Amino acid sequence: MSTTTIAADRPGNADPAITPFTVTFLIRRFDPEVDEEPRWQDFDVEMYATDRVLDALHKIKWEQDGSLTFRRSCAHGICGSDAMRINGRNRLACKTLIKDLDISKPIYVEAIKGLPLEKDLIVDMEPFFASFREVQPFLIANKAPEGGKERIQTVAQRERFDDTTKCILCAACTSSCPVFWTDGQYFGPAAIVNAHRFIFDSRDEDAKVRLDILNDKEGVWRCRTTFNCSEACPRGIQVTQAIAEVKQAIMRGKP
Amino acid sequence: MPQQTAGTLTAAKKSTTSPRPAGTLYRGREGMWSWVLHRITGVAIFFFLLVHILDTALIRVSPEAYNVVIGTYQTPLMGLGEVALVGAIVFHAYNGIRIILIDFWAGGVKYQKLMFYIVIALWVITMLGFTPRHLINVFSH
Repeated sequence: MSTTTIAADRPGNADPAITPFTVTFLIRRFDPEVDEEPRWQDFDVEMYATDRVLDALHKIKWEQDGSLTFRRSCAHGICGSDAMRINGRNRLACKTLIKDLDISKPIYVEAIKGLPLEKDLIVDMEPFFASFREVQPFLIANKAPEGGKERIQTVAQRERFDDTTKCILCAACTSSCPVFWTDGQYFGPAAIVNAHRFIFDSRDEDAKVRLDILNDKEGVWRCRTTFNCSEACPRGIQVTQAIAEVKQAIMRGKP
Repeated sequence: MPQQTAGTLTAAKKSTTSPRPAGTLYRGREGMWSWVLHRITGVAIFFFLLVHILDTALIRVSPEAYNVVIGTYQTPLMGLGEVALVGAIVFHAYNGIRIILIDFWAGGVKYQKLMFYIVIALWVITMLGFTPRHLINVFSH
């Protein structure tokens, strides 16, 4: 905050690269105790090009309106708490830099779509985690490992499911899916990604069970290949590719 | 103490600036818009087929009734409608091939954007071939 003031006080001295500028944020607010409908509220924030949208939310909450409500934990793209819709696309607020946005127009920030809105940028994640739990996202290996110690895996076997191990469960993919918006029963991309992670793991013994679960009419077959999930994933997981591989595995009857 | 208890409904706070009270439209990319177009053309084709089956079935009622109904289609307005119909079917067909390739060809997911632009290009070429010839037929009668 102090650096902002100093730079603003001495405009002649400032390097253009580190001059703060005013960015307008339009945030979709909703206070369940007061509002019947969400409403847009605008905030002007002094920002640097290297700041992130999360920094803007912090400045608003700390300096302008303490009632602004959002989730964030690690603030470095690992915990997956701050997925939100920024300029109409699902992004992590902590990984979206101001320099990558068009600041000549206001930046729209709103909660992710398709999950029940609780307050401001916070949604009820329970339906999302319920789908996640349903695919049994944990290693099922009942046989004793060979040699009695480790379950050995080759580099190629590990590589097979490497992409889907990156998921941080931020719900950016699931809440970008048009099928999920209109039909909350659909497992959603994130659950399928996490099923994929174990279906194609050579150490796991219950791929068949997961394939059966996803062969449901609300399972992988609801995917309409809109690619919104792959585009939204902050970890760059090829989500649609993973779903396609699960579809193929179901048709083959094995991973 | 708060002026009112939690849960008391009051008039919504006045929205400050934005004219858009609803959420923004999700800004998907090629994949999402091709899906939207596929859905719209699919539903449109379904309704066409419904009407088409009904009017063709009129031949069972009486050949005269069939001729009257088919005769009403020979208007310039219907001719333009046929351009829209062919446009919808051509897009749905080409994009259908794209979706089959995404599902069954290993490189399909990787090249889905390119395939979308190929679909659009093929659609333009097909319509350039069809539309002038069809409209000459429609308007020269």
